[in-house]
Amino acid sequence: MLILHCPCCGIDADETELTPGGTAHLKREGPGSSDEAFERYLFLRENPRGVHFERWRHAHGCGKWFHAARCTMTLEVFGTYSAQTHAPPREILDRIAERRPQERREVA
Amino acid sequence: MSRRLSQGGRLIDRSRTFHFTVDGRRYGGFAGDTLASALLASNRTLMGRSFKYHRPRGVVSSGAEEPNALFGLGTGDRFEPNQRATMTELYPDLTALSQNRWPNLEQDLGGLISRAARVLPAGFYYKTFLRPRVFWKHVYEPVIRALAGLGHAPAEKDADRYEHFNVTVDVLIVGGGVAGLQAARRAGAAGLRVLLVEQTAQWGGRAPVDGAVIEGKPADAWITGVLSELQSMPNVHMRPRTMGAGVYDHGYALVYERVTDHVSGAQGPRHRLWRVRAGRILTTTGALERPLSFAGNDLPGVMLAGAVRDYVVNHAVTPGERVLVVTNNDDAYRTALALSEAGVTVPAIVDARPGGGGALAEAARSAGLRVLTGTAIAGLSGKRHVTGAALCLQDGTGEVTEQIACDTVAMSGGWSPVVHLWSHCGGKLTWDVDEVMFRPDPNRPPTGADGRGFVEAAGAANGYLATADILGDADRAARAVTEALGRSLDDAPALQAEREETAPIRAVWTMPEKAPVKLREKMWLDYQNDVKVSDVALAAQEGFESVEHAKRYTTLGMATDQGKLSNINGLAILADTLGAEIPAVGTTTFRPPYTPISIGSVAGEARGDLFQPIRRTPLHHLHEAAGAVFEPVGHWRRPYVFPRDGETVAQAVEREILTVRHKVGLLDASTLGKIIVKGPDAGRFVDMIYTNKMSTLKVGRCRYGLMCSENGFLMDDGVVARLDEQTFLCHTTSGGADHIHAHMEDWLQTEWWDWQVYVANVTEQYAQIAVAGPKAREVLETVGGMDVSKDAMAFMDWADGALAGIPVRVFRISFSGELSYEIAVPASRGEALWQALRSAGETHGIAPYGTEALHVLRAEKGLIMIGDETDGTVVPQDLGLDWAISKKKDDFIGMRGQQRRELSRPDRWKLVGLETLSGGVLPDGAYAVEEGRNANGQRNVQGRVTSTYRSPTLGRGIAMGLVRNGPDRMGEVLDFPGTDGVVHRARIVSPAFYDPEGERQNV
Repeated sequence: MLILHCPCCGIDADETELTPGGTAHLKREGPGSSDEAFERYLFLRENPRGVHFERWRHAHGCGKWFHAARCTMTLEVFGTYSAQTHAPPREILDRIAERRPQERREVA
Repeated sequence: MSRRLSQGGRLIDRSRTFHFTVDGRRYGGFAGDTLASALLASNRTLMGRSFKYHRPRGVVSSGAEEPNALFGLGTGDRFEPNQRATMTELYPDLTALSQNRWPNLEQDLGGLISRAARVLPAGFYYKTFLRPRVFWKHVYEPVIRALAGLGHAPAEKDADRYEHFNVTVDVLIVGGGVAGLQAARRAGAAGLRVLLVEQTAQWGGRAPVDGAVIEGKPADAWITGVLSELQSMPNVHMRPRTMGAGVYDHGYALVYERVTDHVSGAQGPRHRLWRVRAGRILTTTGALERPLSFAGNDLPGVMLAGAVRDYVVNHAVTPGERVLVVTNNDDAYRTALALSEAGVTVPAIVDARPGGGGALAEAARSAGLRVLTGTAIAGLSGKRHVTGAALCLQDGTGEVTEQIACDTVAMSGGWSPVVHLWSHCGGKLTWDVDEVMFRPDPNRPPTGADGRGFVEAAGAANGYLATADILGDADRAARAVTEALGRSLDDAPALQAEREETAPIRAVWTMPEKAPVKLREKMWLDYQNDVKVSDVALAAQEGFESVEHAKRYTTLGMATDQGKLSNINGLAILADTLGAEIPAVGTTTFRPPYTPISIGSVAGEARGDLFQPIRRTPLHHLHEAAGAVFEPVGHWRRPYVFPRDGETVAQAVEREILTVRHKVGLLDASTLGKIIVKGPDAGRFVDMIYTNKMSTLKVGRCRYGLMCSENGFLMDDGVVARLDEQTFLCHTTSGGADHIHAHMEDWLQTEWWDWQVYVANVTEQYAQIAVAGPKAREVLETVGGMDVSKDAMAFMDWADGALAGIPVRVFRISFSGELSYEIAVPASRGEALWQALRSAGETHGIAPYGTEALHVLRAEKGLIMIGDETDGTVVPQDLGLDWAISKKKDDFIGMRGQQRRELSRPDRWKLVGLETLSGGVLPDGAYAVEEGRNANGQRNVQGRVTSTYRSPTLGRGIAMGLVRNGPDRMGEVLDFPGTDGVVHRARIVSPAFYDPEGERQNV
């Protein structure tokens, strides 16, 4: 039962208000993409033990999607941020680097 | 015999006698008794039967860990099985039934199994019942099922009420012993909002029983003082009979309150489940005593030493007249002293430690008690109760040195901190070699959103057993929690508590240490599931070396007590057999709840009418008045059919269908999803969402469209109307509206966020009524208000206007194949329009029709239904809907997915009509078989039925199905074996059974 801060409406939302949307920052592959690229986009996920960037929707709240950076092992939340971006913002990456120096390479 | 002592009993009120019934026999007890103490006071020591061997079982503990004394409580619609007598407070006229015995507890025939125990070792079931195979179904399983299971499931609907509380606190403190009280006092003084819960009815835990002296006062007096202090703090909330059941992510905890279990005929909710969000959780859950493994340790009369002390001090009950104490630590000496003080004979204290105990042992000697050091129990005599003990040297192999007559054995194998709540959410443990216990590892707590530990353990739950240490640790934990929450705590002087000099505990995993197999076979680890030391050793030898595997192979710790008594002893035996260290073997996973909680409390108020919200259309009450039979469609309730007097459901459905085909019918289509897509980029957006080219749709026109997932599979369908240049109204299926709206929002917010489009789900803003049938136009003309002629409104046109003075939007679309108008009105005007249409249509024989008629009408036309013809593996091309897939677009959601080889394979199963040779109806879901068998020996299949009905229009059965290469095989006959044993034969035909040219709707 996670609590995530919705960056859109500003509420600390209980997990019961949220719906998960899987890995964030996927690049959509449309017509013309190779089978490998399409498979990667549609099916292949990292499922890391550690830092994970993920999509959440404040479904029973403001209805907006947002992104969260979270450790799947310790459930530490490094921050939530707008879904209207292709990559995690600098301050989130900095926080992760500070909290998880050994994982810096993966994140960057 | 076990009996009530003439004096004492800190919890009982001798002036209030309660009568109660067990297995039909009446007993008496006092207010303040538990069912267990009252039975012991009445010299009833046989309280249950074990699960596997049906061996006689007596109560072994005095608390939540009890594995043996389980009863069915209550009667009829208030019956509940598997209740622990130790946690059941006595109330007048309590009714209990013993369990797992036949014909009765004293003469249980299942006990015969016990004689075969030698041939029923761990894994017996897995090994024995494999052959012959047919025996499993007809012999083994019925017999095992009849013998297995503890209590019986209640037969009646639960008459009690349950509820949920949702609370947010700064600190949840679980456990109201002296550590919990002291921590609550400190956290409360710091101004934190504190919820302190205690699973029993009493505050203070073990300290008063153990004779603790705090600040120069007996523990009881100190506790009373702290309680009144806490009660005066408005920010501290206290609940007895309330158990911390589970700890979950980010400070979420479930707390289980037994509100009225202790009161007969009480009003109000029986149980309450608290859903707590806590800034920090402090577990002051104490410790549980471990049994010792010696031969015969499962006989009634063998009890935990702490429990014997509880019964003597709390309830003035002695479990026996001659109580032998056996221990590996100092604490059990307290039991010997308490018994001796109460005038009960303690023939000896058997201490496995060569050096014996500390100050308490001295006190015992001074009291004239005989103390034997380096000594162990070699075995017990007695069949259904202890009659004596044979002693031996702990370091030997069990040669008997002495026989001692006794009717009770009080054992102590040391104390294990209750680390369950610490562990539920990932807190790790560390093995303390000196104290012989797993204790919370402060460096590896469960972590919260801020990456810091959010659970703190204190007191005995943190591995401290002396009162002074417990109180000091509670202060430390309270400070840690307070500071973590950004508050400060004044320095307070450490509490003073008396402390005895103690001798270290000795790790004793079997008695004697080098016990041969014939003794190990009689050493019980899990009393309820009959798992013995020899079983765990056997599991290890057979390769079940992981503690999780050994648990499942032997069922150790899988009983209702979840291994509270047996786990540590069992894994020590496993480690010993494997030659490994205990921490290397580790514990099994601790999972919530701590002890079983009622299913009623989990459901809370969500039962019966409150089980889930129901969506009703604006016309619902009219349908109810008309006698409609409803069916659930998602959360909606839709009329399935409107039977008239004397009609069967089937007859009514046929009548409704023929009414639409020959006259005119009225359908409540309000549940249809309605989503507005609006903005400068709306056309671009609907082109991505739909497989069709929707942006070319003209204002005033409608078009049927398909939506696919990115996989390419068909997800939803419906008619799109273009309201103006920048606005589309997208109709979805009734069940699909919410997730299609969410799907659109997902793409708009996270992929094409720079597109200028808004979407809004307006499903519930409108009532929508379909008027379908050859007389539909005449009905609307009778109602009057707008031109609905073919010239003014052609097929697939829509128009705004008014009917009967009500503003309407009329769509000329048809799901029945007949002349049809779907009319949308503001929800509040739906009833007026429905009634206007009904009265205008009276002369035309108008009648409402339900969803079943709707389904048959569309199937007669060969129109697909999402969820019937689709199941998440079907692409539009499978359904012959290629015409609805744009060839001109560069991209749409699902386009790339559909280009995958599997989805464009030429021999995919495709939509066809199926016509039985007999004229009968094909069974729903039946498979078309072909020659040969697959690798599993099943018939090969080449297709399946997706929709099947009796068509009253055509007077025979019609069906749709997906068949390999179906459209190329018109006229072929397929075999569909039914579950009724009949092979149904059907010919492949076009799915458009009726009016294939669509002439009837286009008039």
